[in-house]
Amino acid sequence: MSVLIEAKNLGKTFVDNSIRLGPKRAEVRAVDNVSFQIMKGETLAVVGESGCGKSTLGRLLLRLIEATEGHVSMDGKDLTNLSRQEMRQMRKNMQMVFQDPFGSLSPRRTVAQIISEPMDSFGMIRDKSHRRERVAELLELVGLPAIYMDRKPRQFSGGQRQRIGIARAISVHPSFIVADEPVSALDVSIQAQIINLMQDLQESEGFSILFISHDLAVVRHVADRVAVMYLGRIVEIGPKDQIYAAPHHPYTEALLSAAPHPDPTKEIERIVLQGDVPSPTDIPSGCAFRMRCPIAKDICSSDNPKSVEIMPGHQVACHFAAPHPITNAQRPT
Amino acid sequence: MNEVAEPGNAGSQTDNIFEREALADEPTIADAIRAVIFDRLSTKIAAVLVVVFIITAVFAPTLAPYDPLSQSILNINKHPSWEHWLGTDQFGRDVMSRMIYGSRNSLIFGLLSPIFAAILGVTLGVTAGYFGGIVDRLISRVVDMLMAFPELLLAILIAAALGGSFWNIVVVLTIAFTPGFARVARASTLAVKQEPYVEAAIAAGVSTPVIIIRHIIPNILAPIVVLMTLWAASSIRVEATLSFLGIGTQPPNPSWGNIIRDGLANMFATQWPILAGGLTITVVVLAISILGDSVRDALDPETNQ
Repeated sequence: MSVLIEAKNLGKTFVDNSIRLGPKRAEVRAVDNVSFQIMKGETLAVVGESGCGKSTLGRLLLRLIEATEGHVSMDGKDLTNLSRQEMRQMRKNMQMVFQDPFGSLSPRRTVAQIISEPMDSFGMIRDKSHRRERVAELLELVGLPAIYMDRKPRQFSGGQRQRIGIARAISVHPSFIVADEPVSALDVSIQAQIINLMQDLQESEGFSILFISHDLAVVRHVADRVAVMYLGRIVEIGPKDQIYAAPHHPYTEALLSAAPHPDPTKEIERIVLQGDVPSPTDIPSGCAFRMRCPIAKDICSSDNPKSVEIMPGHQVACHFAAPHPITNAQRPT
Repeated sequence: MNEVAEPGNAGSQTDNIFEREALADEPTIADAIRAVIFDRLSTKIAAVLVVVFIITAVFAPTLAPYDPLSQSILNINKHPSWEHWLGTDQFGRDVMSRMIYGSRNSLIFGLLSPIFAAILGVTLGVTAGYFGGIVDRLISRVVDMLMAFPELLLAILIAAALGGSFWNIVVVLTIAFTPGFARVARASTLAVKQEPYVEAAIAAGVSTPVIIIRHIIPNILAPIVVLMTLWAASSIRVEATLSFLGIGTQPPNPSWGNIIRDGLANMFATQWPILAGGLTITVVVLAISILGDSVRDALDPETNQ
């Protein structure tokens, strides 16, 4: 498999540059020195708590937000320095599915107009009948009857709207899709439908997905690889099976222990972290996780742990990376 | 993760949803306005008055019994009679005809200035709101500056400086009304810009001008329409005021303002021009304001049940 998307030392700091009088709002370090690759046709899931920078990361890849530092390249082409016009053309290859199925479709436009918007802007529509033909195809592809194309979004349920959003994203045959919590706003019964739809489409169209989610059960179902984010940094990234079977970062382990298990009779040891996530305006020195980490030592406050490859393709940023670090540390040896 | 429900099942569910929601189709702006007009008696009366006003203005040459400018030395300061329903003024001109022609003047100002001000104000407001930064600061400060003047004072100031030709008055009123539109447009743009569908359009590769025309402007239009109705009334009132002060429509062209002005000088000979002018301005401005209020109620989700 070849690399499709590569992020190198990507960072984003939100700065208050208003000219109001009085003190400036503190700088927010949303994404900090993040590097990873996404292969062609694979799904990389990004998990983490609210506010850890997952959505910002997705938008940085698409340049919907400008990065403060670092580079993103697609098929070896650096996106960071493209002009607005060049970037606009690149968007044909990279689309997005949004979290909010209500807000992401303009209430005043018909389904046909919404779905054909990307095709329109890239000049892929020849005439009116061609547009309707394409929209009908796409609607059927995402499991909606083509006769609904002249309706407005408000006439659809959340799941149906999300199907429309997916039809819009795949209309231009992108090679990369950022799915920003595409199912978190949906009922559980609908979630499965939408996820299966995305997987079917991925199989037939062959695009890669960056799947942003906080739902570990969903991620386990869709991902090929998983990246765990904490306070803007990737603390662990690796193949899904390895991450779920043997988390090496204490945060990953705590996160996994918090996810409910399908079998309610099974006793699982719940690791409860102390304290709250520190504010991204004031990230601790050294390892960002050390304030809440049960196994933190002195070195954690002085040195920011480097990402080490503990197995091929499995990297962990922890001084004490080990399988099940917390559980093992608590177990007397 | 559970498997998906069978497609057939999902299909029948969606059919139900469509049947149900097809009945309760959300009203459009026009529907909402229509509903509110027929809902209240005061609005109904106001609507009728406004329609009468517009018809009078449009068909003035057919409706007016006399030429509004023709003088007659034999018919000076006549009281109402079958020949002259509202009497004649000190030049023997038919007051009724002057009032009817004056309505054209008021309608044109009532329409033109708010429309021009809306176009200019929305352009400025959307530009400031969408692009932000230094553009926003420049536009907003200029708008604030203009807002510091009461609109009537500003209008008097400019009219006095430039003189009272037709286009000067239109320009005066437009400048006086633009800041209000710019403010409302800017605030609405800031809100709409945050909508996910705007980000979706950017991600879809839509260019900025198209985003503004397709996604921003249609979604900020409701408050702008309300402002236009309310300011149509103000516009008529301010034009009458300027004409009354002698810096608006210049005699002998009839305007409700200068009919009162002429009548005031001649008050002890005949009171009818003042009465007719004053009452008409009051009624028309009141009717348009009531209509404007109703439109606002219809379009404002806060007051709309």
